[in-house]
Amino acid sequence: MLERVKEIIEEQLNVEGVEITEETRFKEDLEADSLDLFELVMAFEEEYGVEIPSEDLEQITTVGSIIKYMQDKGVNA
Amino acid sequence: MKTRITELLGIEYPIIQGGMAWVAEHNLAAAVSEAGGLGIIGAGGAPAEFVREQIQKVKEATQKPFGVNIMLMNPEADAIAQVVVDEGVKVVTTGAGNPGKYMEMWKAAGVKVVPVVASAGMAKLMERGGADAVIAEGMESGGHIGSITTMALVPQVVDAVDIPVIAAGGIADGRGFAAAFMLGAEAVQLGTRFVAAKESIVHANYKAMLIKAKDIDSAVTGMSTGHPVRSIRNKMTKEYLKMEKEGADFMELEKLTLGSLRKAVTEGDVVNGTVMAGQIAGLVKKEQPCKEIISEIMEEGLALMRSS
Repeated sequence: MLERVKEIIEEQLNVEGVEITEETRFKEDLEADSLDLFELVMAFEEEYGVEIPSEDLEQITTVGSIIKYMQDKGVNA
Repeated sequence: MKTRITELLGIEYPIIQGGMAWVAEHNLAAAVSEAGGLGIIGAGGAPAEFVREQIQKVKEATQKPFGVNIMLMNPEADAIAQVVVDEGVKVVTTGAGNPGKYMEMWKAAGVKVVPVVASAGMAKLMERGGADAVIAEGMESGGHIGSITTMALVPQVVDAVDIPVIAAGGIADGRGFAAAFMLGAEAVQLGTRFVAAKESIVHANYKAMLIKAKDIDSAVTGMSTGHPVRSIRNKMTKEYLKMEKEGADFMELEKLTLGSLRKAVTEGDVVNGTVMAGQIAGLVKKEQPCKEIISEIMEEGLALMRSS
């Protein structure tokens, strides 16, 4: 799942060539602002068919946290 | 004039007064609502009990609907969210964040929720979360701003959502009003022009500086901190921008602006204070009662829309 998640992040944030691991933080490491995070969330929703209600956005701070969120929602990829 | 916004909010004219911290207090909000627009109390960084008092004072002054703007970074945001429910406020606008966690409580209480958005994506997520309308606010605005202009933002937000859109940023007269409708908006929100209203309690120095300001007189500080603010150029903005250029850190910059809006609004220190105003300040030429401001905008706006 990490590979595809990385691709989505690269595409949404235009950050090709930056190393992305599960520990990578969206705000601090990838310089994503809150509006970037909204776009990212929508891209993940589309890819995995999961709805992320806006009150859950606070939990999503790192690449690992989005993967865990998806897995908790039953995504198997 | 009827639009989905006037129906939703129960107001006569599709004109909303921005929820400006310190400026948008009970006198201004009541005057705008009484004139047929939607007055808004700007909770800004104020404590919840202060907001409650403001709400009660507006209720004493007018029977008409009014709203409260909640700045979500306020440490008392949770308590304020509850106060608006307890006091039976009809409309809440939100800024500086994501109101998702209050949505259920507000909807259950019949509060209309109208978040300020700075992108089409954010508008979409707010609509899905239950927002009744959104305010698409361009970076021409005074105070805390996004990075997209009103001209570019409004039509893209209109296309992204089915709920009605209120345009804000750079609107101060009937021409801006008509233009916003051409872009697909169904109401406008004005800040700067209402700062100069007769009922606005800002210090005379603040009003005078705003009325004197030309198109080029605003500056944006705080780009480097991720929280840009537009205000009228003065000693404070010059110093801030110089420090920012030299790479000053967040805390140093914060020190410069801590309490600086209050300093300008209540003490009239327009030299060291933050005189928030939008790029449209140059169009604001005099102090006028809210009623006169609203009727002028409606008259001019409708005439333009009819002739186009």
